[in-house]
Amino acid sequence: MDQVAAPVLVDQATHTITLTINKIPYELKIQPWVTLLDAIREYVQLTGTKKGCDQGQCGACTVLVNGKRINSCLTLAVMKDGADITTIEGVAEDGILHPLQQAFIDHDAFQCGYCTPGQICSAIGLLNEGKARTKEDIQELMSGNLCRCGAYTNIVAAVQQVKDKL
Amino acid sequence: MNNETSYIGQPVNRVDGYAKVTGDAKYAADYNAGGLCYGVVVSAGIARGRIVRIDASAALQLEGVFQVFTHENVSGLAWFNMSYKDMDAPPGKHFRYLQTDMVTYSQQPVALVVAETFELARYAATLVNITYAADAHTTSLTGNLDKARPPKGKKTGFKKPANRGHFEKAFKAAQVTTDVTYYQGAEHHNPMEMHATTVLYYKNGSITVYDKTQGVLNTQSYVKSVFGLSGKKVKVLSPFVGGAFGSALRPQYQLFMAVLAALELKRSVKVMLTRQQMFSFGFRPITQQSLSLGALEDGSLQAISHKAISGTSQFEDYVENIVNWSGMLYHCKNVQQDYKLVSLDTYTPLDMRAPGAVTGVFGLECAMDELAYKLHMDPLELRRINYSVEDGSMKKPYSSKALMDCYEQAAARFGWSKRNPRPGSMKNGHLLTGWGMATGMWDAMTVPARAKATFTADGKLTVGSATADIGTGTYTIMTQIAAETLGLPIDHVTFQLGDASLPFAYLEGGSATAASVGTAVQQACLQIRERLLSLAKDIPDSPFRELSIEQITFADGKMYMSETPANFIHLKDILTLTATDAVNVTSTPLPNIFKQMKYAKNTHSAVFVEVQVDEELGSVKVSRVVSAVAAGRILNPKTARSQIVGGIVWGISGALYEESVMDHQFGRFINHNYAEYHIPVNLDINDIEVIFVEENDDVVNPLGVKGVGEIGQVGVAAAVANAIYHATGKRIRDLPITLDKLL
Amino acid sequence: MNNFTYSQATGIDNAVNEITGHEKSMFIAGGTNLIDLMKENVLHPDHLIDINGLHLTSIEFLDDGRLFLGALVTNADTAWHPEVEKKYPLLAEAILAGASPQLRNMATNGGNLMQRTRCYYFYDTSTPCNKRTPGSGCSAINGYNRIHAILGTSQHCIAVHPSDMCVALRAINAVVQVKGKAGERLIPIEHFHRLPAYTPQIDNNLAHDELITGIILPREHFNTHYKYLKVRDRASYAFALVSVAVVLRLKEGVIDEIRIALGGVAHKPWRDEGVENWLKDKPATDENFAEAADMILQEAKTFGANDFKPALAKRAIVRACREALNREI
Repeated sequence: MDQVAAPVLVDQATHTITLTINKIPYELKIQPWVTLLDAIREYVQLTGTKKGCDQGQCGACTVLVNGKRINSCLTLAVMKDGADITTIEGVAEDGILHPLQQAFIDHDAFQCGYCTPGQICSAIGLLNEGKARTKEDIQELMSGNLCRCGAYTNIVAAVQQVKDKL
Repeated sequence: MNNETSYIGQPVNRVDGYAKVTGDAKYAADYNAGGLCYGVVVSAGIARGRIVRIDASAALQLEGVFQVFTHENVSGLAWFNMSYKDMDAPPGKHFRYLQTDMVTYSQQPVALVVAETFELARYAATLVNITYAADAHTTSLTGNLDKARPPKGKKTGFKKPANRGHFEKAFKAAQVTTDVTYYQGAEHHNPMEMHATTVLYYKNGSITVYDKTQGVLNTQSYVKSVFGLSGKKVKVLSPFVGGAFGSALRPQYQLFMAVLAALELKRSVKVMLTRQQMFSFGFRPITQQSLSLGALEDGSLQAISHKAISGTSQFEDYVENIVNWSGMLYHCKNVQQDYKLVSLDTYTPLDMRAPGAVTGVFGLECAMDELAYKLHMDPLELRRINYSVEDGSMKKPYSSKALMDCYEQAAARFGWSKRNPRPGSMKNGHLLTGWGMATGMWDAMTVPARAKATFTADGKLTVGSATADIGTGTYTIMTQIAAETLGLPIDHVTFQLGDASLPFAYLEGGSATAASVGTAVQQACLQIRERLLSLAKDIPDSPFRELSIEQITFADGKMYMSETPANFIHLKDILTLTATDAVNVTSTPLPNIFKQMKYAKNTHSAVFVEVQVDEELGSVKVSRVVSAVAAGRILNPKTARSQIVGGIVWGISGALYEESVMDHQFGRFINHNYAEYHIPVNLDINDIEVIFVEENDDVVNPLGVKGVGEIGQVGVAAAVANAIYHATGKRIRDLPITLDKLL
Repeated sequence: MNNFTYSQATGIDNAVNEITGHEKSMFIAGGTNLIDLMKENVLHPDHLIDINGLHLTSIEFLDDGRLFLGALVTNADTAWHPEVEKKYPLLAEAILAGASPQLRNMATNGGNLMQRTRCYYFYDTSTPCNKRTPGSGCSAINGYNRIHAILGTSQHCIAVHPSDMCVALRAINAVVQVKGKAGERLIPIEHFHRLPAYTPQIDNNLAHDELITGIILPREHFNTHYKYLKVRDRASYAFALVSVAVVLRLKEGVIDEIRIALGGVAHKPWRDEGVENWLKDKPATDENFAEAADMILQEAKTFGANDFKPALAKRAIVRACREALNREI
């Protein structure tokens, strides 16, 4: 058994932070060992963002922080104090689906749907980055999102359709 | 009469699509409740031995840690082995979590830490100090082949291997033979959603269990029998499942843990396994198989021998149909089959997408390719020559078999006729292109299923069955069947599943759900039709009074006289005019066993694959796949195509990427994460074309549906391996074909 | 993951002061590796000093024409920076071959240098590992060592450094700028990472009180003949089995200068300057590249599951050199 540090008292470690998630500010009293993913899911109770590995190896937890896609499982909530975060729940505006959401439905770009929130947030990040030119670029730049159901070809078709309309 | 309510066979978008793209779809770990606490499982660090001491004092000292459950403090659970049996349990002594100090496999759950927050439970779990007395373990299949023995007991769906004719004699007399051995390592299902259960605890002692499962009734009966609860106290819900592929056919231990903690602590509890723990239960078994094929120079098969040895656990005999396909797929009079097990210090293997067929058909279809080369014959031609119109193992004709059409259509689409058979013949710089093909086969099963349907005065129909949608499209196709059968707009129909209070449905698996639950849904809606007609006859001056159901058409929310469609009535008006609130029915379809018994019922496919092999570096890219599938009637070509494409991705994955590597030093699967257990990423998957070949079948069920969940994968790995041979001249007989094997 | 306290550094000196004398404190930047290892119970800091607020986020030319990459610039922003793309495309290519877009948006340049190995046993706390628990033994030597080292190994550790970026930095001869209690110093990349020897728990020569402030790229650009070749088990989002960073310059049809750095084969990015000198003034042919590869790999030692690596590395070297040579600009 490895050496483990002496316990740190919870109160002593607690921070008060503000996360703006989908344009709504949430003030949280939170310990530093809470990841952004767990903060979103268990503390703010926005469960659209998924935990698929908790190790940065699957992309299911992808959210947008200040417009950039990241793995929310590998950052601490306290590190994102003041950040502007978009999760899948904030992608549609006023009940109107984001074009990517509609394209995912139309192209059947998912089966079980578990990786889908991460795929869509990742694809939004991809479009924001503006680096994907070819179909192969989309494939490479969507490779940080695993899909065990194997919907990749449909995901690429959905992203390509929306990209081409931009 | 426009009949705009014809949905079966249409590429309808998933009815749950909106929920899935917005984050509204809730999976087992997405539920919350006041006072919810979190459980984290501690896994054994040895493969075999005994727990000498568990010291949880440091964990329990942390404020907010409620309990550490171990074998030392868990008691009062069911006594008999039978109570731990589930619908997919193989024969044996079913494992009882936290009820023994013996460690029987690596990563066996040995403690559950429950705390106020997930983070605290995770931390406290690291403080549980366990002292083991380790014993020597056995985890190598190939090192223990001499211990192979016949399986004990029976498992649902398992067919005993059967011999026919005289293999030895026929093999000796054959003009051309091939004799080869293949090896496949273990694979874990690894659905994206890690197994999770949230149990909501109520003051009256009842619980609501949100479980990741392919059968809510399986979950419910397990919880009832293990914890001695009445059905009324256990509500089980599982509306969305984040992939399973077989992993949720058996109740996995997060269910046991969450229920245990909820009942003991009288609190709501959530337990989610870690990705590493996704390697701590069932998996596709490690298998070594040998095939001997003998043919005449004209290609006709004279003798087939197919023998397989798989690993199982020390406590259950997991079995699957590996060798049986060799007695069915081709016409051959002399067949010898053998299937044995070796007990290893691992957990019991578990059905994983197309169990048995993925393994056995890989062997058979690679061996057929090897034989074709020995015969100097086109591999497709060899299959055509040995085409079988009947299942030779049962001597029964197929209820339908459009495999020849699959061969023809897929080959034409792929451009197979342009193939130069010489390995290495398509070379461009350092890239070698290869073309390979294989046949796929799976069962068209029907399992028991019931459905209930309620039609209400607002014109809405609700249909339900305790089945699951693990991404297969169950919600969508059942909605289509119901809407079309009753002639309602699709948005007037709601299909419910994943609720143990709904009518019985067997486990969602084996590609049987569309056929089985679909038939129940259809029948329930047919019963509603009867009831509506009968009600309509009660309406004063009803024009329907003298008509029988055969003279009626249901479409566009109305009931028409088929002969004179100008005469119709809105379905909801029938209820209003008869002062009826709702029409309720429950269907219990009984398959026409006598008719079905006379036939073999299977799905088939022909898959053609193009690979590009980097001759210098050994890396392989599957650049193109064409798969033609004969699976009866296709209810929804959009979702069915996704199923087949997914199966093909799995086939590519099994051929090139996936293996849970056993480290025999520790008896432990060591690459236990998504970074090192490779499944394909987006860039690995290229052009995939699916053709559904027309196949009419009035034997399997009234809908003519056979199911598409597994057939897409079967044969794909063989086609990839055969294409790699065509590209490189190298026969790689152990999967996955990683680049080092091609250097 | 154990409990710990957290603070945000207000400046470089503040960060250095905060960590000095606190052996169980660690800096956190992108967090992509550190948080993972904390969750896996491999690392147990009792205090994290968040350095993300420090002004180390620029990429700019120094007066002498060298390019300074701030330690906190993300991998993505570095790879897609116009000057990096134009003048150091090898570095851009290497960074983009690593991890995933999401991780590259988080991971920083300093953090990339500090990455720990992906050895299965280092991560699995139920198994012995000298890097994680010094003196407990190396499970990889007799275990599953497909991804493990073939050069510079010791009987105590055969782990590899997993970075792609660092392999390119090694070929470019980058310099790591660090600041500690004793002041600022520059560490040439070749001296930054260490071989395992008897102390595999120590990955690099950074002192505990030192903070990486930036990476300095020399003026020399090598933007005509270059190649970062990564060989891995799937097309993307996988660590290298072998990777090769090559830059070369030709003069009158022969090699004037060549640098060949290897990833996935050792505890640090691997280079053999002697062999590079041997190639000088020789024709840039496959035969010469192959002979050079043989010399680089002469001392290679394998452990079973990684027996294929020398052959793969040789082929990858030849291929990368050839592609660098033939690159069309």
